[in-house]
Amino acid sequence: MNLAERSALDWPDVIYSNFRRAGIRQVGYVPDAGLSRLIQLCQSDPEIADVVLTTEEEGIGLVAGAALGGQRSAMLMQSSGVGNCVNMFSLVKQCRLPCLIFVTMRGEYAEFNPWQVPMGSITDACLRLCGFLVYRIEKAEDVADVVAAACDISFDSNHSVAIILSQRLIGRKRWNN
Amino acid sequence: MLHRREFVKQLLVERGDLLVICGLGSPTYDVAAASDDGSNFYLWGAMGSASMVGLGLALARPDRRVAVFTGDGEMLMGLGSLATIGVKQPSNLAIVVLDNQHYGETGMQPSHTHSGISLVDVALGCCFKRARSFGKAEETPLAREMLYSRPGPLFIHAHVGAQELEQVLPERDGVILVHNFTERLRAFGKQS
Repeated sequence: MNLAERSALDWPDVIYSNFRRAGIRQVGYVPDAGLSRLIQLCQSDPEIADVVLTTEEEGIGLVAGAALGGQRSAMLMQSSGVGNCVNMFSLVKQCRLPCLIFVTMRGEYAEFNPWQVPMGSITDACLRLCGFLVYRIEKAEDVADVVAAACDISFDSNHSVAIILSQRLIGRKRWNN
Repeated sequence: MLHRREFVKQLLVERGDLLVICGLGSPTYDVAAASDDGSNFYLWGAMGSASMVGLGLALARPDRRVAVFTGDGEMLMGLGSLATIGVKQPSNLAIVVLDNQHYGETGMQPSHTHSGISLVDVALGCCFKRARSFGKAEETPLAREMLYSRPGPLFIHAHVGAQELEQVLPERDGVILVHNFTERLRAFGKQS
């Protein structure tokens, strides 16, 4: 395995190490195949409360509650979940709370399921309209830098920040067709 | 049938260091009328999120009791959060639903609970440690004992009348509300 391949596999570990560095104590998520390794890492950490959600909008309430209690948190979701959250984003915007979300993309590079495309194609614009700073990551070697910077600006500046993990970074979903 | 403002007042009198998250609409006016202090956080929007804000706070501050006061309409919009709370089992979290069976802010249209949908059954199905309804004024001390003494997650369901009462309006600016709440929490921390 060459260095590029190894770092491609390690990006969830890189994000997790940034969670540790930033002192994130709560992680809310709706599962996505691309997030499974990162979710496992959070679940196995006794200092992180991992909160499985029935829908992504719950996570925005969780993030706000954690901030009120003085804890840092993050949210993990697939791009389809961004649409579920739109009105809830008003909570973190109106209250100027930090809101750090990691979005794994569907509906773009090599997508097999056409139903993923409508939301996937507006995820980035939707986040920007809702007041997020958006950082898109295409290459595994950019993960460490961008995630560290995103954590800093979100928590130091009380801002909503979304990190978009592109479908090319995550890899194609395998279908048996 | 309980008088909502009296019930909330009885729950919040001598509240100690109870932290309160309040869902939008009439519960805001009830909570503000009973005890408008910095340990209340009022949601004026983000309908359906009150219970989850309560969960995030309860997880962050296991040393404090957290009560979410909300209405039937707001609770119905976030039913999934009861399942999420059931998974985490926060022992310091109580959800108090003031159920008047109507959407009071929008013209008193009947809500789902008006047709017999049981929020208590949902909470029990979601593994809340204790969930029960209260409908008589003489039961209020029982509700109070549950809120302050029992391990959660707790679900306190209050059958309240659908009368419209005076709107007691607390602060609306989110940044100020966050500031007041976090400063109050910090001050409490220094005392203990």
